[in-house]
Amino acid sequence: MRKILGISALLLVVCVLTAFASSSFLSGYNLENLFRRTALFGIISIGVAFVIVTGGIDLSIGSVVCLVGCGVPWLLTTQGWPVSAALVAAAVVSAGIGLFHGLLITRLGLPPFVVTLCGLLLYRGVARGFTQDQTVGFGSGYKGLRILSTGEIPIPFVSGFSIPAPWIFLIGVAVLAAVFLNRTIYGRYLLALGCNEQAARYSGINTGRMTVLAYVISSSLAGLGGLLFVLDVNSAQPVDFGNFYELYAIAAAVLGGCSLRGGEGTIVGVIVGAALMQVLRNMITLVTTHNNIEFAIIGAVILAGVIVDELVRRYAARRRAAREALE
Amino acid sequence: MTVPLLQATGLTKAYPGVRALKGVGVSVHGGEVLAVIGENGAGKSTLMKILAGVQQPDSGSIQVQGVPVELPTVQAAQRLGIALIHQELNLADNLDLADNIFLGRERLRHGLIDERRHHAEARIHLASVGLELDPATPVGTLSLGQQQLVEIAKALSVDARVLIFDEPTSSLSSGEAIHLFRVIRDLRARGVAVVYISHRLGEVKELADRVLVLRDGENAGELAHAEIHHAAMVRLMVGRDLSQFYAHQPLTPGPVLLEVDGLRTAAHPRHPLRFRVHAGEIVGVAGLVGAGRTEMLEALFGVTPAVGGVVRVAGREVRPASPQEAIGAGLALVPEDRKRQGVILEMAVRENLSLAALRRDSPRGFLSRLWEDALASDTIRDLRVRTPSAQQSVRFLSGGNQQKVVLGKWLTLKPKVLLLDEPTRGIDIGAKHEIYRLMEELSRQGVAILFVSSELEEILGLSDRVLVLHEGRITGELPRGALSEEAVLHLATDTLAPSPSVS
Repeated sequence: MRKILGISALLLVVCVLTAFASSSFLSGYNLENLFRRTALFGIISIGVAFVIVTGGIDLSIGSVVCLVGCGVPWLLTTQGWPVSAALVAAAVVSAGIGLFHGLLITRLGLPPFVVTLCGLLLYRGVARGFTQDQTVGFGSGYKGLRILSTGEIPIPFVSGFSIPAPWIFLIGVAVLAAVFLNRTIYGRYLLALGCNEQAARYSGINTGRMTVLAYVISSSLAGLGGLLFVLDVNSAQPVDFGNFYELYAIAAAVLGGCSLRGGEGTIVGVIVGAALMQVLRNMITLVTTHNNIEFAIIGAVILAGVIVDELVRRYAARRRAAREALE
Repeated sequence: MTVPLLQATGLTKAYPGVRALKGVGVSVHGGEVLAVIGENGAGKSTLMKILAGVQQPDSGSIQVQGVPVELPTVQAAQRLGIALIHQELNLADNLDLADNIFLGRERLRHGLIDERRHHAEARIHLASVGLELDPATPVGTLSLGQQQLVEIAKALSVDARVLIFDEPTSSLSSGEAIHLFRVIRDLRARGVAVVYISHRLGEVKELADRVLVLRDGENAGELAHAEIHHAAMVRLMVGRDLSQFYAHQPLTPGPVLLEVDGLRTAAHPRHPLRFRVHAGEIVGVAGLVGAGRTEMLEALFGVTPAVGGVVRVAGREVRPASPQEAIGAGLALVPEDRKRQGVILEMAVRENLSLAALRRDSPRGFLSRLWEDALASDTIRDLRVRTPSAQQSVRFLSGGNQQKVVLGKWLTLKPKVLLLDEPTRGIDIGAKHEIYRLMEELSRQGVAILFVSSELEEILGLSDRVLVLHEGRITGELPRGALSEEAVLHLATDTLAPSPSVS
């Protein structure tokens, strides 16, 4: 709770500062874009949060985004698949990737970092292979499908701003994820094994199966994210589509209160974290004249955030120790 | 008599909650083998660590050849000629013999490692422990016994004059052990002082010139060469009156709830285990560290599945391949390492208590907060867990209350067979009694209890029957009437040892 309040306050501060620095920040067009990007990144961030809760990591998200983002238009336009078949293929492939990662990690005992790092290279390479590194896209077709990402839901009595369609997906995913994490025994199992895998196993939890599930959720949501991203922008270049998205997702999850040591995290926090990442990127575009320093600023802000969090944690621990010494 | 090579007087050392040493003295001369014996927890390891500079005493003094010294680090002890050969070997598997021997003090030539000199010198040191191996052999390819000899060679290469061996034969084959004894005798002949810790009284009798016995962190006595007999050593190790601490009321045992027939653990596959535990019976498992007690419980509970044999719980055959299956069959395990295996420190008392019962009591996998709150408050009340609230992190509970949380987690499942591994390790005396009371209560309710403990008092006080393990084998089974510390220790140390009446 404390973490969510902290990150929300930081989000508010950054928004206010940006609004003062740039008049276009609060324009309906900019806000709509910002909301759309937040929803898209929120979805993939929720996915990686499941893996982070178990104490693992998923570096392959950007490449899964690329694989699905390039694969779906390629299947539709170049291969002539029907829409339903392409969507099923995207779902099966992205869930299958998570299953593959999870089994390598739990059955073979490979480190998540290595497995998903290889995935990062593998899936982008595959996407560049079957597209022959050519830009793929929907052209002027598939308007009905693209509505999923480009659509807008007007708010009654408000003009100039409507809710971007991906928010429907984000809210759906977030509600399901929050219920799963907080209201089912499986969410409890994930948190327990993230805190202490050995004790969870000694308590009769099938820790291997739960870990695999976390990777399946992560890849599946990366796949959903990849689909929505490409529907939004209409075309994808395999060489850089989804590049670094795993890092945005991990950063959002960590800013939102997920501990990389595992066992900690809330869905609301992850969404706020994703929003903060997007507002920061937006600020850099609007306020500075060069986008080149985007990574530097984002890196510095995240680092400052985790430093402050660690200092607050230590301060709380010291106060607690002092209080106990008095008793 | 000459000045001892190494002498320590009045050593004390306290850990949080335990006073490991309460004023221990020890001295050893050049050309002498001093054996240090005592029960688990008597303070042997702490004493050795202090002498080797691994740990610092709270008070007391150490002298090397009559000169008072400080041993703040292992390196400082080594400079004074004191080296510890660890129970767990500290060699780098990936490096070769020569590089291991000179690790940290490499011989250099123009700033680079002088391999030729390493090899030439290593060959001499290896020969002195009877190892005729190429110094370029990687350590990882050696047997444990050979690796131990490399450790000794390494110690000799720094001119060690006092060598401390901590249970050196615990992982050696008998052939390797015989070779080691020959090396130790050879060291003695060369004027090295040897301090030798062992649980194996047979070895001690064979090797030692003098025996120092520790008990509860104090000197219990010394035996000169002529006095070293099995019975004398056991008498000094036990020494005290059995306290009437634990008033166990034996019950008439009910039907067999746990039947173990030929169970072979992955750690000791050559020794099938066979025993039964009845409803309402408390069976203690005694044995020294490394006797295979924990491995037995973990095989029963499916943590490390057994490699063979049959387990029946209440007559139904089970082959636990995972804790889930064991739990399903009616088993529960309070594991040895409470903080790492028993509780989830970061989670609340409530969440720890409900963890094992979640699957059974959550329809369609949905968690009920009401159910969880009720379960937690019932268990906290029944087991008298002292916690400010059910939401408190388990981290902030005392060891005894953490252990009650572990017990409480299982009791909600009403297990048929309760396995406990060192259930009172590291908890204070009051909490120990509450754990004992709970065990008694459960046995009255008809639970079959199998518990491992290194505290003999506890084993003797609580058990209806005691199984004694030694190196993976059940060397004896003692009914309550035949229980005595001597009887248990004889079975636990060395089965071939003569009975007290012989010596």
